[in-house]
Parts: sequence; C-alpha cells; structure tokens
Amino acid sequence: MTVLHLYNYEIAIFLAMVGFYVVVSRGNLVKKVAGLSMFQTSVFILYISMGVVDGGTVPILVEGMTHYSNPVPHVLILTAIVVGVATTAVALSLIIRIKEAYGTVEEDEIHEQDKSF
Amino acid sequence: MAHAFLDNLPALQVVIPLLSAPLCLVLARWPRLVWTMCTLVTWTAFGIALALLQTVLAEGPVSYAMGGWAAPWGIEYRIDAVNAYVALIVTGIAAVVLPYAYRSVPLYIHGERVPLFYALLMLCFTGLLGMTVTGDAFNVFVFLEISSLSMYGLISQGRDRRSLTASFQYLVMGTIGGTFVLIGIGFLYVLTGTLNMADLAARLPDVTQVRTLHTAFAFIVVGIGLKLAMFPLHLWLPNAYAYAPSTATVFIASTATKVAVYILLRFVYTIMGPALFSEGIPYGQIAIVLAVMGLLTGSFVAIFQQNIKRMLAYSSIAQIGYILLGIGFASVLGLQAALLHLFNHALMKGALFMAVGCFVYRLGSMSIEDMAGVGRRMPWTFAAFVMGGLSLIGVPLTVGFVSKWYLVLAALQKGYWPLAVLILIGSLLAVVYIWRVVETAWFAKPSLRAAEVREAPLAMLIPTWILVLANIYFGVNTTMTVGVADLAARTLMESMR
Amino acid sequence: MLHHTVLRVVAKLLIPMILLFALYVQFHGDYSPGGGFQAGVIFAAGIILYALIFGLEDTMDALPPGVLKILSPLGVLIYAGVGVDTLLLGGNFLDYNFLAHEPTHGQHLGIFLVELGVGVTVFSTMLLLYYAFAGREPGQ
Repeated sequence: MTVLHLYNYEIAIFLAMVGFYVVVSRGNLVKKVAGLSMFQTSVFILYISMGVVDGGTVPILVEGMTHYSNPVPHVLILTAIVVGVATTAVALSLIIRIKEAYGTVEEDEIHEQDKSF
Repeated sequence: MAHAFLDNLPALQVVIPLLSAPLCLVLARWPRLVWTMCTLVTWTAFGIALALLQTVLAEGPVSYAMGGWAAPWGIEYRIDAVNAYVALIVTGIAAVVLPYAYRSVPLYIHGERVPLFYALLMLCFTGLLGMTVTGDAFNVFVFLEISSLSMYGLISQGRDRRSLTASFQYLVMGTIGGTFVLIGIGFLYVLTGTLNMADLAARLPDVTQVRTLHTAFAFIVVGIGLKLAMFPLHLWLPNAYAYAPSTATVFIASTATKVAVYILLRFVYTIMGPALFSEGIPYGQIAIVLAVMGLLTGSFVAIFQQNIKRMLAYSSIAQIGYILLGIGFASVLGLQAALLHLFNHALMKGALFMAVGCFVYRLGSMSIEDMAGVGRRMPWTFAAFVMGGLSLIGVPLTVGFVSKWYLVLAALQKGYWPLAVLILIGSLLAVVYIWRVVETAWFAKPSLRAAEVREAPLAMLIPTWILVLANIYFGVNTTMTVGVADLAARTLMESMR
Repeated sequence: MLHHTVLRVVAKLLIPMILLFALYVQFHGDYSPGGGFQAGVIFAAGIILYALIFGLEDTMDALPPGVLKILSPLGVLIYAGVGVDTLLLGGNFLDYNFLAHEPTHGQHLGIFLVELGVGVTVFSTMLLLYYAFAGREPGQ
C-alpha cells in the first residue's frame, strides 16, 4: 500500500536515474545534455508533486474555497526551471564551440585529439 | 541616504554586485568605464563586508528581512561570525583581482567581449556572496547556480580549446551537484515545511523520519562535495583551473571552493548537525579518510604535472583535504583550523595563481619546461611565486604555517598523532613540487623563449604583491584571523548542542 | 518557407493571439496564475514562430539583437531598481509597502513593476538565445 502511495517519488527517481544513466553512458555531448535535462526535470516533478494537499484545489483565491494545494514548491521550481533552461543553453552553446574547435561532438574522439585530457 | 545605506548593509552586499552585472552590458561601449565600475563595486563590497564583520563582532548576528517579510516566511539574510568571515575572504580577493584583471583580461578576450567577461565575473561574485550571506536554504541553491553558470562561461574563455571541454565537463558535474543539493533541500522541506535555515535547525531534531533526513544529508553532502572538489569528486577541477583565463583562475580558485566549504559547514553543523549526530554514525571519520586521501593524492599527482596551472590545481585539491580534515575533527580547534586554512589558502593560492598569471602573460606558455630561467628575467614575479610557495609549504612567518600549526594541534588534541605526521608529509610533498618550479625557473639555463621576456606590468605585479604581503602580515599578526576563526568555530559548535 | 500558404495564414492568425495572451498573462499575473516568466516565454515564443515561418532576417529587422541586448539587462535593472527605490524610501530591499501611500497599493505597484522587469528580461533573453543559435552560420 505504502509503495503505491509514494508513486510520485518513484516516478521522479526512475526519471532521475534514466537521465543520470544517459549522462554517464553516452559519449555524444548532445545526448549528455539531454540526459542532464531529464535529470533536472525529474526533480521538478518531485517538487511539484510534494505540494499536493489531499482534496486541495488550485491555489487561486476564489470564494467558497478554503483548502488549497501548497503553492510554495511550485514557485520554487519556477526558479529551478529557469536555471535548467540556462544550463541547457550554456551547454548547447559550449557544444557548438566544441564542434567548431574539434570538428566532432563525440567524447572519445575529443579525447583522442587532446591526449592530455 | 546614509541611513538607508547603513541599515541595509546585508542586502547591499549582494545587490550592488548584482546591479553592476547588467550595467556592464548597458555600458558595454565603454570597456574602461565598465572596468572602473566593477573595481569600485568590489571595493565597496569589501568595505561592506568589513563593516558587517565589525557589527557582528560587536553586537552579534545580524538578521535582515528581504522585502520586509519576517523570518520563517520571507527570505532572511542572516550574518554571523562564520559568514561575515567568509564574505570578507570573497570580497577581499575580488577587490585585488579586479585591478589585476585590467592588464590580464585583454590577453584572453578582445574587443566587445571584454564587458561581457566582466558581467560574468560580477555575476559569479554576486552568486558567491549571495550563498554566503543568505539564511534561506533554497536561496543557497539559486545563488549556487548563478555562480556556477557564470563560472562555466568564465572558464570557457581560455585561449586553449581545451578550456571548452574543461568547461563542459565542469558543467555536467556541476549541474549534477547542484541538482543533488536541490533534491536534498526538497527533502528537508518535505520533512519540516520550512526553508529558513534557523527554522530548519530548530525543527529537524523533532523529525521522526530519520531515513529521509539521512537521504537529504547524503544528497546535500555529495552535491556540495562536487562543488568543493572533495577528493573523489574533484575530477573537474584540474582542467577547469588550468585552461581558464588567469583572472578567472585566480578568482575561482581562491573563492568558489571556499564558499562551497562554508555551505557544507552550514548544512552539516548548523542545520542538520543537532538532528544527525546523535545517531552515532561516524561522519567525522569518513570525512577524515576522504581528506587524507585527497591530501596525499593531490600533492603526489601535483609533483608530476608538466603544466604549472594544473600543478597548482592539484595542490588545491590537497589543500581542500586539509580543510576537510579540520572539519572532520568536529572540535572547536579543528573547525578553527579549517576556517583559518580557508582564509589562508585563499591568500596563498591567490598569490600563486597571480604570479603564474604574470609568467603566462609574458611567456605565453603554461608548461614548466618553458619557464626555464625565467626567474632571472622576472625577479619580482619570481619572488612573489617563491613567497607564495613558502606559504603553501607552511614555513613559519607565513599564513600557511599558522593554519597547519592549528591543524596539527587539533589532531594531537584528538589523539590522532598519525594524522599530524600525514600533515607534515603533505607539506614535504609541497616542498617537492614548488622546488621543481623554483629550480627550473631560477637555476636552469634560460630557454630562447624566456630570454626575451621582461618583468610583468606593474598593474599585475602590485595586486600580486598585495596578496604576498598579506600572506606575511597575517602570518605574523594572527590576532584578527585566529580570533575571528575561533569565534566562528564556537558559533558552529554551539548549534550542535 | 515562402510558398507554404497554409502555414503563413495560420501563423498570421495565431501570432497576434499569442502576443495578446502573453500580455494578459503578464498584466493579470498578480491576480491569477501567470507573471513575468511565463509571459516573457510566451511572447518570445510568438516572435520565434514568426521567425520560423517568415525567416530570421525579417525578424531581426523588426527586433534587432542590439535592442534586445539593451532590453535584457534593463529588465534586471528595473527589478533591482524597484528594490533600491524601496531602500531609499526607508524600507527594506523590495519592501513594496513603501512604494505608495497605502501598503496595499504599494504591494500592487511593486509586484507589477517587478514582474514587468522579469517579463522584459525573459522575453529578450529567450529571443537572444534563439538568435544566437539560429543565426550562427556553420563553420563560423
């Protein structure tokens, strides 16, 4: 019962591990960034789902409603989403520069070109 | 006006650098004006940090409610002896780095991109200061990412294409670290329903779900460990330091890891300490083992480096080992030693990286071989490097001696005398790698490249020597650093009870 | 893309709606879900849709990168400027109560200005990102 009850955490952890695995296992830098993005997004889900209050409605002030979901995690994660966008943008722009400098976005080929790395 | 200024020092500490970053872009047409503004901003920030430290020492912790919203609900900026001390380190280094940047930056960045570089530097400065002064756990994450994102940008500006891969590597590891911290903070929020650090510290001991707390602890420590290059998580650091522009290396090496150490102290001691350490899990011993491994491997690998910046980067990993060692002792004396080394390492690594930046400026190379005989052509820079090196080794009358002395004392107080021996071995390894450079630069026959160089420009030598003299001054007159570090260590230990 | 009549007509119909919706989200943000972040992204999405269909050059003529490079820091300055203003008026940083004679009006004005700053920055930054990636010639 408790296993099903905590399904939001399980989904978040599953997504996080999938993203993390992609970051670790793929040699293609773009795929790494995709994995990284997924890893971050899973945390957004973790936060957003933790704000749920049983029987609560959307936190907008409406007459007749007294029971709201917790809006704080949503606001927090808005900031984290912006951070995620910025990270992805920086990562992709770095990849473009790497592609221009090395002619490839495959990690092992880059390592081969720079022996010291 | 003066009133508005004095009452709001905690906010202004962050807001002034934050304002200067977009102004860099608005004023982008006048690079000189941008540089002047940034220099003045760092000096102002240094003044504010000094004033705050004085207030904290005289009147105790300062609390500031952002937006007028009271503490557990709004974001609180809370400054006690610990973070006033760290803010002083960060602003002090920044105040010296900016004058140094004037001549050093054009070597790496040209034309209209110069103001962008300063904007990144100011954003990084803002992020580090924000992490330092805030009293809100989520705010730490936000500022952590501000500083990290700007750091990726700064590192990628090096001349070598490897700066790009170094930056990317750091981006991947740094983002994973940052996200881990975010997960940890999320768990703390689930447990207590608050994000205010003081409130968290008060509520966590009543928490019954200890397993969640342990998970949060693990995520936060690993996340911050990535940022501070704790031993097995240090892989990003050597390349990032080696290939970044000199100015960025000096700034990041002497401030970023220090602030990360502060965040670790804050989370482990102030916030989670009281709730966690009654459990009897030997966290301290784990930290000591990692610290010793980092200390020895860092120093050992440094000996075999061909690139002088990489050598100093590995030495940084070793020095972080010393700091962690002090933290692992979990005693007032140990923490005091760690905090002292925080300050002292910023001074010595700042001086060393600045001197190396001067060599690179004239030589155009970072390889130790190319430095053959360069010491005789650039005596002032070379002298600065030697002084910094002596401080790194821990020769008496330099700051390095002070912190290592306290570290040995802390080890002996705990009865861990083999650790005291290991600290000395670490120092001996530092002698080896510093001597390698000194031998090549002074005694070797000048290479063709070295024969042509002149002394580094004054605009770079003066900031370098300011740090070198600070190394000696704080090594002789230890009242201020030892006193504040003692107070800060006591503040941290008090929260454990 | 010049000959894709359907796309062009649909885009011409949709883009004003998207921009209008962005403005609604921006200015209604203090009463209902919304605010500067969302509005900025939606507004930028509308412009990016235009750029996808009618070409990057036309878009850059209408909204030059130079202007966006000023707008982007300007938004941050509006945000921080509100904070500094409250400091000078005697309150804490970003304490909107001090912005008007009455605290409620002050809060209203404060959140409006701050969200405006956020919106301007997010919009111009998103668009700058798009320009930076889309406008880069291969091998440049």
